[in-house]
Amino acid sequence: MNGYNFAYLDEQTKRMIRRGLLKAVAIPGYQVPFGGREMPMPYGWGTGGMQLTASILGEDDVLKVIDQGADDTTNAVSIRAFFERVAGVETTTDTAAADVIQTRHRIPETPLSAGQVLVFQVPIPEPLRFIEPSEEETRVMHALEEYGVMHVKLYEDIARHGHIATTYAYPVKVDGRYVTDPSPIPKFDNPKLHMSDALMLFGAGREKRLYAIPPHTRVESLDFEDHPFEIQAWDAPCAMCGARDSFLDEVITDDAGGRMFVCSDTDYCQKCREEVA
Amino acid sequence: MKRPQLERPALLEARDVTRLYGPGKGCEAIDFTLHAGEVLGIVGESGSGKSTLLRTLCGMEAPDAGRVLYHGHEGELDLYAIGEARRRALLRMEWGLVHQNPRDGLRLGVSAGANVGERLMALGQRHYGQLRAAGQDWMGRVELDPGRIDDAPQHFSGGMQQRLQIARTLVTRPRLVFMDEPTGGLDVSVQARLLDTLRTLVRELGLSVVLVTHDLAVARLLADRLLVMRRGRVVESGLTDQILDDPQHAYTQLLVSSVLTP
Amino acid sequence: MTAMNQPFLSVESLDKTFVLHGQDGLRLEVMRDLSLTLAPGECLVLAGRSGIGKSTLLKMLHGSYRVTGGRLRLHFEDGELDLADLPAHAWHQLRRDVIGYVSQFLRVVPRVPAVEVVMEPLLARGADAAEARGKAEALLARLNLPERLWSLPPGTFSGGEQQRVNIARGFIGEHPLLLLDEPTASLDAANRDVVVELIREAKARGTAMLGIFHDEDVRERVADRLLPLDRHMRARTRLPDTDPQETP
Repeated sequence: MNGYNFAYLDEQTKRMIRRGLLKAVAIPGYQVPFGGREMPMPYGWGTGGMQLTASILGEDDVLKVIDQGADDTTNAVSIRAFFERVAGVETTTDTAAADVIQTRHRIPETPLSAGQVLVFQVPIPEPLRFIEPSEEETRVMHALEEYGVMHVKLYEDIARHGHIATTYAYPVKVDGRYVTDPSPIPKFDNPKLHMSDALMLFGAGREKRLYAIPPHTRVESLDFEDHPFEIQAWDAPCAMCGARDSFLDEVITDDAGGRMFVCSDTDYCQKCREEVA
Repeated sequence: MKRPQLERPALLEARDVTRLYGPGKGCEAIDFTLHAGEVLGIVGESGSGKSTLLRTLCGMEAPDAGRVLYHGHEGELDLYAIGEARRRALLRMEWGLVHQNPRDGLRLGVSAGANVGERLMALGQRHYGQLRAAGQDWMGRVELDPGRIDDAPQHFSGGMQQRLQIARTLVTRPRLVFMDEPTGGLDVSVQARLLDTLRTLVRELGLSVVLVTHDLAVARLLADRLLVMRRGRVVESGLTDQILDDPQHAYTQLLVSSVLTP
Repeated sequence: MTAMNQPFLSVESLDKTFVLHGQDGLRLEVMRDLSLTLAPGECLVLAGRSGIGKSTLLKMLHGSYRVTGGRLRLHFEDGELDLADLPAHAWHQLRRDVIGYVSQFLRVVPRVPAVEVVMEPLLARGADAAEARGKAEALLARLNLPERLWSLPPGTFSGGEQQRVNIARGFIGEHPLLLLDEPTASLDAANRDVVVELIREAKARGTAMLGIFHDEDVRERVADRLLPLDRHMRARTRLPDTDPQETP
């Protein structure tokens, strides 16, 4: 394609981001600032994830893009089309066939394998931000592991709701050191972060921060001894494929209150249906 | 009868501490020892440098000169020679700070229980039931209704907020507590009740306290010993009743004789 | 306890001068060259015109007033202690364990029940709370304080009732040296008798006491010796009244 460098970003920018990624991998869960570039789309649409994807994408890589688990939503389709155009890479919806998966708010149900890279789009990278507006102070808190306040939030949940009501962006501790925001994935996906075979990269475009969870890293979801971390469960299986082990979205089917629960991971749902057939 | 052993171990020492913002602003050449189990009052008018001294003593502001020494579980620590990490850990674990305005020491938007539990959580307490029990216990100790454990302190009165701040500070059983005008913004009747609570807690927990106040009546009730500050310097120090009943320095005599007694 | 004939307290050539900086450094010499000794089990009563500041001596012995000149020594089995040059923090324990003080007025601690006011000196030594309460209640009962008042703060009590709380608080600690500043001033005859009994019991325990009693009858019943002060004291009429017991 004319007028653009491979994968849109210039090589110096990609190098800068890759240096940041190396640091992030070396210090799991630590937020590394980077000189974010303007991307041809607004903040909040995945500019952070796209810059990371652009920096690590090779010509032979196969790319998958999902938004809330689906390959066919506007955001996913647009980003996939973008990289097809500016990098000319092959794309796929098949989780197992992808080398790089850019995602917003989900981790695929199909277990990831060694060599795969998952790139998360992150709106607010700082898990302490809800209580501490000062960036200077949150950095000190991270440096000194002053994380008591994270449990204050969970305590409040139990005091108000009787259980930990945080269901997404559920805070984790990475490698026993940094408290990290896993991006707004449902807490259902948190266990998939733990000792994953794949490399997890996180990019926040507006805040210009990136961080990483390298393969085979301990990732614990914060909890209390008497209120242990639990994932969501559903009474019924997926209405379309019958899966009982996947994260289900509620879909309203008519104006009369009709609804059903289906897999949020469209690729997984498809595969399950193929297997049954 | 044997001669009593009157020496007590030093807990906190200020050695020639100076912190000046400008000529006469701040504190200068402050030298004293706080012994274990003592309540030391720092009195003086506004602008005398007592709040600056407190900030310097409690690790919030490095002095221009001099040293602050703390004799803790790990032996003698030079407060500003150790790293920030250890200094903050000390404040979190062995020390406590009660601000004049409870809003500075509380999270107003989260429940009373979470406010009391935060320091315990910071120390690694991870049992919700125990945290809640500690919250209720401490609300009772400072005479707050434990039934309000889930209410946010933004709906509490000033006196109740101050009690909650005290509970939140003492829950980790600090050895040394710094208090900055703890009854400052309260009505007189509320003040008296709070002073009594503080006296009881100091005795029961064997606390050592550095108390900053401009109110000599508060100092009389709470402090064992006083430092009188004027223009950044200590002009007189001694037993509380000696300072108030037989003041030696001209300024202390003026200060004491200026108090209105009903 | 030292042998009965050896003094527990000795005061030598005590001077006290107040310097009033607010009045151009006016020097008020209120005490000059006062000496005394006091043995365990002895009650020495200070005698002199009223208004000459007899409690000045008690306040110097209690650390509330600084010593201008002279020596104030306590004699222990294993050595002596000079009160005139003690560092301030040393007084905390001295007051807790050695020197007790019954003042004329009760310093009102807001909201604390009378029985707890009395218990406090024992609690400060780490005594068992139930035991301390038992002793406090027994003393209040002896002093005829109605039981319904025990759990109330003494702030609203009559002068005589407050005084009895104060006496109970002073005697409960059984300090080896007890300073008594007009403890019977506002008591009726029956309660004065109780105080006289308490003083006699304290003597029997070996308590050394130094007291001011303006009531001649009580003075005669408790005093082993009188110490005439008129020659050594001068009224400090120009001093503001800064009695700690009267300020809240």
